[in-house]
Amino acid sequence: MSIRERLSGNEAVATAIRQINPDVFAMFPITPSTEIPQYVAQYVADGKVDTEFICVESEHSAMSACLGAEAAGVRAVTATSSAGLSYMNEVLYVAGSLRLPVVLAVACRALTGPININHDYSDSFAERDSGFIQLYAENNQEVYDNYLMAHRIAEHPDVRLPLMVCEDGFITSHAIENIELEEDAAVKAFVGEYNPENYLLKKENPLAVGPYGVSAYYMEARVAQAQAMINAKKVILDVAADFEKTFGRKYGFFEAYKMEDAEVAMVIMGSSAGTAKVAVDELRAQGIKAGLVKLRVFRPFPGEELAAVLQNCKAVAVMDKSEGFSACGGPLFAETAGACINLDKRPKMIDIVFGLGGRDFTVDAAKGVFNRLENIVKTGKTGPVYTHMGQRG
Amino acid sequence: MAYNLKEEMNKEERFHSGHRLCAGCGAGIVCRAMMRAVDPEDRAVICNATGCLEVSSFQYPFTAWEDSYIHTAFENASATASGVEAAYKVMKKKGKIPEGENVKILAIGGDGGTYDIGFQSLSGALERGHDFTYFCYDNNAYMNTGTQRSSATPRFASATTTPAGVESVGKKQVQKDLTQIVVAHGSPYVAQTTMFGNMKDFHEKAHRAIYTNGPTFVNVLTPCPRGWMYPAEDFVKICKAAIDTCVWPIYEVVEGEYRLTFEPRQKLPVEEFMRLQGRFAHCFKPGNEWTIEAAQEYVDKKWEELLAKCR
Repeated sequence: MSIRERLSGNEAVATAIRQINPDVFAMFPITPSTEIPQYVAQYVADGKVDTEFICVESEHSAMSACLGAEAAGVRAVTATSSAGLSYMNEVLYVAGSLRLPVVLAVACRALTGPININHDYSDSFAERDSGFIQLYAENNQEVYDNYLMAHRIAEHPDVRLPLMVCEDGFITSHAIENIELEEDAAVKAFVGEYNPENYLLKKENPLAVGPYGVSAYYMEARVAQAQAMINAKKVILDVAADFEKTFGRKYGFFEAYKMEDAEVAMVIMGSSAGTAKVAVDELRAQGIKAGLVKLRVFRPFPGEELAAVLQNCKAVAVMDKSEGFSACGGPLFAETAGACINLDKRPKMIDIVFGLGGRDFTVDAAKGVFNRLENIVKTGKTGPVYTHMGQRG
Repeated sequence: MAYNLKEEMNKEERFHSGHRLCAGCGAGIVCRAMMRAVDPEDRAVICNATGCLEVSSFQYPFTAWEDSYIHTAFENASATASGVEAAYKVMKKKGKIPEGENVKILAIGGDGGTYDIGFQSLSGALERGHDFTYFCYDNNAYMNTGTQRSSATPRFASATTTPAGVESVGKKQVQKDLTQIVVAHGSPYVAQTTMFGNMKDFHEKAHRAIYTNGPTFVNVLTPCPRGWMYPAEDFVKICKAAIDTCVWPIYEVVEGEYRLTFEPRQKLPVEEFMRLQGRFAHCFKPGNEWTIEAAQEYVDKKWEELLAKCR
């Protein structure tokens, strides 16, 4: 039986952590993810979890301690945002290459310049090549559900990769919404115990982790890691199928919203999708065939599947909540356009960078994007491919 | 039980030959001695910072380590060890590692990975009080990248980033006194040693550090023939000169109490240490006599300060 509650995204993540009872939590505070370790600290203080809670002196050490703990043979988790994630950068790559299934909750927040505490994906997108699986959520319910699935995906023998559970800073991390929680016992049964095959503290077979890999070996290791990310696609879907069977909520690589006959569509992520869905509904009521794809899984990138759902559209806007400074579009646009490159018939595609540093995104703004797409369809002219939206001037 | 070199050398090796450290490198000697200080019935997990030792002892697919070993990055050996220690505590708590079965958590790094880039991580782990022992093999510079100066490089040493020249007499600053900084953290056991005599001093300190509960630290002066520019076979001579000149005093600090564990019968002038090494060659050139005087003055001052603490 689900339990109806009202929680913020951060408390939803913390609740999932309490239910899963991971062995080690290494924490360092940063807005807006700090509440997660604060809740967990209270669970530890109240004897609700057995977790070893380490208050380290930096995010770099938080991830390093997670690597040590996970390699030693236990479940290790942490949480961070923005500069904290950037500070982890070096060791995120190590987590991926050592194939350590650390689970990292990220309350996504803009990177500094100017310093800003609000939401965009400049932090997590910057780590897209780190080897972490990345799951994104529209609301607190999806964050909670993603977290319940995280360990099973990351720890699967065909995968063994670290995983980020991303939520939108403040918008999701702090807003209190209705949520359906699952029973503790049901969560524990779903997630299961962690029993790695080899680990540092195993008596029978001492383990050496983190070698110097010369050119004769390096590439094999990287290809094996790349294959694990490919393997993760099937595992993500399998775990989602079991999740649906167990708890009744359905997940895939993305949510295709009114895409069956869509002519104009948006590719969008996170909480902004909720706003954009309202625009889609209003336009549909006016007879406009609008649709939306809300990407849940950014790593591994579901390129083929995304291309298949976009192929019959006439025009697509990719909504990038991160500026990649490539001078030709944001990261999500590059990936989406790349995924569509081999389609026989491709939609015209534009990139809109929006919502940086928490800049508001409204239903009207979303409708404006669809307007542009309709014009592209009408005129056959794409116009400027890479634009920004919502800024002054 | 009294220390017996023969018995110690008859122990099964836990750091094997076949590693790729240079001939005469002190790091290998540190590792062998460190592992002899772990009781044979106990296991260990070694957390190694990036550096000469890491690239030489664990080059895929070979490892020199008999015990479990992890390397993740340069600056985070202490943080990695913190995680391993936390995992060990959880596994003990949950009965996954039975009572009476001991795993000792060891971290090891060079001076670059300890005094400099790994300093924050070390300080954090000391402050948090993890039960682990950190061994620093201090070879006075970034040797793995080719003898760049570190904060452990002594004043007047020529390093590739502080070379001696017509306008330079080598490094301008004195060595950071990391051992004292670790003492200031309140660690229950802190020691300085090097490799001399029958390794009794090293062994006893390493053993005591490893078997003291809490964060403990052993700083080992570890000559590097390439970086210090001396013939590899002079290794022991260099170590002995370091302690006889009091360039590297040999002492331990137990719960804040200082104890000198070696006092030279006759304190030799610092030039007896410097003369043996090419990195100080410029100090012996006419006109640079003042450098040796200044070096002597500094060593004397530090030695007097230490003696005062030991009294």
